[in-house]
Amino acid sequence: MERKELKVSAIKNGTVIDHLPSDSVFQVIRILSLDNSDHPLYSGINLESKKYGNKGIIKVENRFFEAEEVNKIALVAPHASMIEIKDFEVIRKTQVEIPDSIAKVVKCINPKCITNNQDVPTRFVVMNKDMEDELKLRCHYCEKTTARENIVFK
Amino acid sequence: MKHKSLISINDYNKEELFQILDRAEDFEKNPTQPLLKDYVIASLFFEPSTRTRLSFESAINRLSGKIVGFTDAASSSVKKGESLKDTIMTVSNYSDLIVMRHPIDGSARWASEVASVPIINAGDGANQHPTQCLLDLYSIRKTQGTLDNLNLAFVGDLKYGRTVHSLVIAMTMFNATFHLVSPTELKLPSAVKRYIKEKKLNYYQYTDLKEVIPKVDACYMTRIQRERFADPMEYERVKNSYVLTRDMIEESKDNFKVLHPLPRVNEISEDVDTSPKAYYFQQALNGIYVREALLTTILGV
Repeated sequence: MERKELKVSAIKNGTVIDHLPSDSVFQVIRILSLDNSDHPLYSGINLESKKYGNKGIIKVENRFFEAEEVNKIALVAPHASMIEIKDFEVIRKTQVEIPDSIAKVVKCINPKCITNNQDVPTRFVVMNKDMEDELKLRCHYCEKTTARENIVFK
Repeated sequence: MKHKSLISINDYNKEELFQILDRAEDFEKNPTQPLLKDYVIASLFFEPSTRTRLSFESAINRLSGKIVGFTDAASSSVKKGESLKDTIMTVSNYSDLIVMRHPIDGSARWASEVASVPIINAGDGANQHPTQCLLDLYSIRKTQGTLDNLNLAFVGDLKYGRTVHSLVIAMTMFNATFHLVSPTELKLPSAVKRYIKEKKLNYYQYTDLKEVIPKVDACYMTRIQRERFADPMEYERVKNSYVLTRDMIEESKDNFKVLHPLPRVNEISEDVDTSPKAYYFQQALNGIYVREALLTTILGV
């Protein structure tokens, strides 16, 4: 079988996070705290994709994710897929899902919120998760809502 | 509801609301009872709010409870840089329940998560002030005989008025029709209107107060603050358009009542005070009964 050329080199064991919007790659790395881990990481942006035209991809060696961890990236990359690799073989492929609640990774938009004034971890309820454009986060503490386009990651 | 904090009016369902309102009715008949004689209540006012504090303290005193606390942050350990969490964890050791007023949004919810005793939110910044909402509901039910199917006018600063937001949201449980009277700069936020729309209820927006009065069962007045206007000229132009006068209520329904969370500045002219349709001072008195009901229900006595 002819192997197609890989723009981002294959990994033996680990996770491939595929179908990311190109502009979300660095955010995804931050959200999953891959920037301060020891795992080798390869990434590409502005790669050609049949489905999306333009995509980003991340490959992390020897790192696997729980569904709860993965779903945090759904806010910036709602169509991402997680592909688990063992011995260069795909053993599992899952789509990310927008979670019902989100903690810690997002900042509250309200400067007067307790989470922006004291050492309190943020918590949000995800509203309108079925309507991608209408998606909002409601702060568990100050009850203000943050629209998708205003979401700021910590 | 025993031992459960009250942070947001949305924490209570209809049944729980009625439980508090019914109990408040009992306290209206018999306001002085020694039910809290074995209890110490902490009253933590991180910002001054004389009216709310006095109402709580009066309610606690009428029930023979003891009060510890402070009346503004300058006289507390906050000034030394203590975190809210540490203050609350410490005061939890000294009291059976904490009444808290704080300038930061969401502080009350956070306090309820770190406290080992229940918290009653007496206002957290611009967010919630559920005991005000409870006394508003009590006053409406008391004067109208029901909370169902009412026509309510909300007048003045509907954009920043925290009491308006909570009361509108609470009244969406009771099939109300909303008449919203405000300058265009101070209209009800769409986040609050969404609650009305979700329940498929009707609301109407006006800039003129006079035409609304004959249509409604009660009118909830609020103060328009000068600092809300970017353009001072605009404030000068509208400030007198939202003043309720005695002649305006002549054409109102027999059951009509004027409500106001107080303090009033000039938005209700003083000649209204002597009308049997003025209810705002009685409304403030109802705050005592509602707070007595809340304290005893949460403490389980």
